[in-house]
Amino acid sequence: MEDVAIIGVGLHPFGRFPGKSAVQMGADATRLALGDAGVEWKDVQFAVGGSYEVDNPDSVVTYLGPRGIPFTNVYNGCATAATSLDLVVQMVGLGAYDMGVAIGMDKHPAGAFSADSVEYALPAWYGETGHFMTTKFFGMKINRYMHDHGISESTLAKVAAKAFRHGEKNPNAFRRKPLTEEQILESPMLNHPLRQFMFCAPDEGAAAVVVCRASEAHRYTSKPIFVKATAVRTRNLGALEVHGTWASSTPVDGPTVEASRAAYEIAGLGPSDVDVIQIQDTDAGAEIIHMAENGFCADGEQEELVQAGETEITGRLPINTDGGLIANGEPVGASGLRQVHELVHQLRGTAGDRQVPGEPKVGYGQLYGAPGTAGVTILST
Amino acid sequence: MPNPGVTLAQVEIAPSLFTWPAEQPQLIGSRCDSCAALTFPVQSHCPSCGGTTSEHHLPRTGTLHTWTTQEFPPVAPPYLTPVGKEFQPYGIGWVDLQGEIMVEARLTEADPAKLRFDMPVELVVIPFATDADGNEVMTYAFAPVTEQ
Repeated sequence: MEDVAIIGVGLHPFGRFPGKSAVQMGADATRLALGDAGVEWKDVQFAVGGSYEVDNPDSVVTYLGPRGIPFTNVYNGCATAATSLDLVVQMVGLGAYDMGVAIGMDKHPAGAFSADSVEYALPAWYGETGHFMTTKFFGMKINRYMHDHGISESTLAKVAAKAFRHGEKNPNAFRRKPLTEEQILESPMLNHPLRQFMFCAPDEGAAAVVVCRASEAHRYTSKPIFVKATAVRTRNLGALEVHGTWASSTPVDGPTVEASRAAYEIAGLGPSDVDVIQIQDTDAGAEIIHMAENGFCADGEQEELVQAGETEITGRLPINTDGGLIANGEPVGASGLRQVHELVHQLRGTAGDRQVPGEPKVGYGQLYGAPGTAGVTILST
Repeated sequence: MPNPGVTLAQVEIAPSLFTWPAEQPQLIGSRCDSCAALTFPVQSHCPSCGGTTSEHHLPRTGTLHTWTTQEFPPVAPPYLTPVGKEFQPYGIGWVDLQGEIMVEARLTEADPAKLRFDMPVELVVIPFATDADGNEVMTYAFAPVTEQ
């Protein structure tokens, strides 16, 4: 397996863009990534495009220039973008191609995600009786976690406030206005204990990443960022995940834990090697839980770490430096590539106002979502 | 609108989901004939070993492993109850049935102040919506066990 390098990243701002299609955003993000890499669309040998709303992400070639290249469309829940990158990295690493692009794009209507439960291998009554909501899972999960491990409501609010503060420093973010912890704690309760301003919202955006063989990367950039690992995992039998009618009485590790372990093993690295972190913050509670599930702390340590400011840009564990999903919103197909875009800039030292000091060398990205799927990416200089 | 004085007919939300009508209803799951793994609801093939399964009635009491409240209306359809001004927030949680299996369930209690982790709960069958024909649609839920 050959090493793979990222030589270009591009991002269309996240937010709401009436009149602009997700595919157009995907084309813009791709052009930015190609420009960043100093290559042209005609140099790209294959692509993988991910989206929830767009049936055919590959239709982006209409704008970029159709050339008959292999273009695979993927959808893997909230792990879609990690999956797109995983496939591109695997194919270059296995020697099938020299250069590929992972593209993610989405344009969601406002309001919570909804679908037909039957298409999730769940009975019709699941949706009819009000079980089929993603936010309820996150409420239930953090509710128990706070009880078991001594996490306070103040810590939830601090995580959300950090997201909005980082959003203010990110010109591409959706929500750029800082909110106080008081404002967050006074926002309407959606799913106890999670309030409105503790949640991300589905929105619109696109991102793209250009990848090539590590041995060729020096032709394009003086600072290639190497992909040390990608790992995608789905749920184990009996795990308590986003949508489900039953689970095992004895706890079963979720897909984030599995993907994280696998990625560290592939990379030959551990959590203490990581300098900058992008983890799934569907809501503030998810960020807290994912700190432990990705190995960055033991259960319960988040309380002290967050209260002490250790997850800020200047802290020991800088998390979601670009504002995460809470400030950027969630265009499903693009989110993981947004995480990679931020990690690459952090590792290059070009993150501007959001730069983590001390020349970070290892970046870690993680996604998680329905129906119980996770993707982890580890990058290094 | 049903005529006053006319009793509404009751229908289950789905067949063979719970025993009903029954004094002491139970959820209907399946148990693997080979490895004894349980699922809820019934699955024709065991997801653990692939074996054949038989119907298995689950314990009707358990403890509340975790819960939340649904304060905003789910998208309708598919949600069956009114979602405008008449929407009623509800509790929803995971119930551990005697260590055999956990199930996701609506709760009869929607006030967070009245719900406690690991509190004893029992299965009830409740009306929760009216269908197009005017029937009361019945579903399962768990209710806190009241001390006598």
